[in-house]
Amino acid sequence: MIVIIDYGVGNLGSIRNMLKKIGHSSEISSDPEVIKNAEKLILPGVGAFDAGMSKLNETGLVALLHQKVMEEKTPTLGICLGMQLMTKGSEEGQEAGLGWVDAQCVRFRFDEGKKLKVPHMGWNYVHAQKEHALFDGMFEAPRFYFVHSFHLQCNNAQDVFLTANYGYDFTASFVVDNVMGVQFHPEKSHKFGMQILKNFATYVAS
Amino acid sequence: MAITRVIPVLLLRNQGLVKSVKFKAPKYVGDPINAVRIFNDKEVDELVFLDITASTEGKPVPLALLQDIATECFMPLCYGGGIRSLKDIQQIIQVGVEKIALNTIAHEQPQLIQEAAAVYGSSSVVVSMDVKKNLFGKWQVWTKGGTVNTKKDPVAWAKEVEALGAGELMVQSIDKDGTMSGYDLELIRRVAQAVEVPVIACSGAGTVEDLARPIKEANASAVAAGSLFVFHGKHRAVLIQYPGQQVLRQLFS
Repeated sequence: MIVIIDYGVGNLGSIRNMLKKIGHSSEISSDPEVIKNAEKLILPGVGAFDAGMSKLNETGLVALLHQKVMEEKTPTLGICLGMQLMTKGSEEGQEAGLGWVDAQCVRFRFDEGKKLKVPHMGWNYVHAQKEHALFDGMFEAPRFYFVHSFHLQCNNAQDVFLTANYGYDFTASFVVDNVMGVQFHPEKSHKFGMQILKNFATYVAS
Repeated sequence: MAITRVIPVLLLRNQGLVKSVKFKAPKYVGDPINAVRIFNDKEVDELVFLDITASTEGKPVPLALLQDIATECFMPLCYGGGIRSLKDIQQIIQVGVEKIALNTIAHEQPQLIQEAAAVYGSSSVVVSMDVKKNLFGKWQVWTKGGTVNTKKDPVAWAKEVEALGAGELMVQSIDKDGTMSGYDLELIRRVAQAVEVPVIACSGAGTVEDLARPIKEANASAVAAGSLFVFHGKHRAVLIQYPGQQVLRQLFS
């Protein structure tokens, strides 16, 4: 069973709906028993870093999540803020992140005279920097829906999976073993997002 | 660069889809869920649903319908109409809609913009304004489905709501609505140049070519249209349609 972690942030129904549409059942839960038995985890989230991190801390699930993700190597997908929480921290706040990927979140910074509107909101193309099962069977010119003001900065280039360009190239997705994150919203990205979720749902560690 | 968004705006009235002309004479165009399915197939960038009678008739937000719409909708979704409180907003977002559009209530309770932005982030809060020219050619912002004149200047109002935390502004022209005669580019330009947040141009698109003009000539960040996506031909036969990706990308290149 795929468990979508419910820590009171964002719209989780649409992720479950898309999974259902492609034939995979999932459960939205904050119950430690349910999470303990999960085969896969999705960490969703929207909003500010500190608000998200403190809500996650309040659930008391963090130790269990560390156990599942870092020790049991449960395949885990972070979406949007959920992906950012997997890093060490963010310029947006003071709270420490989960530290599952050697990365931090930084604000979009543009050169003078080349300022773009922040948040980066809307559809954008992504470019794969390495091969990964998440992109198996992906359609031509893959595009996804983004809403964010901060983006990941990976300290190890090999962790970067997808990049997108908004003023400059930034990390739109990372993959480190069983830990994966996407900055965009697959659940709102038509067939492109469906393909990512389908690949995640059928993902087997190699 | 982000891809320019092209957004169908669908009007709800008593659970059905309608399309108006100059905010009047709503014509029934079909079932909303069916429309969402078609727009899914057409890989639409985003959808906006506005309930045009919720505010004027004091009806509650049609939550059950919104939930059904959100369940079917594999693209970003925005809803406006009849929102009166933070609790309404919370319920709308909970059923799976990611953005809310505030219009009448933004005038009655401007602090709601601030409160909603603080809880859900500015990117979830759209302020929609309906603008009409008076006899002297002066633009004024109207509310309650185009029935009440606030006499506010759209540029001043845009700056005010931006300062309160609106993440996007949708500019509708009552004079242009449903006429398919092209956007009010001057109005859109004035508003878009006055604010930093993205402006969604709405009202008046009659051809696919019209969609490019607010972007190229009036500083808009996204374009929205109603009639263009639900009517076909000069007799306005109902046909849900949306340009293909190649057409759109060429249009904005």
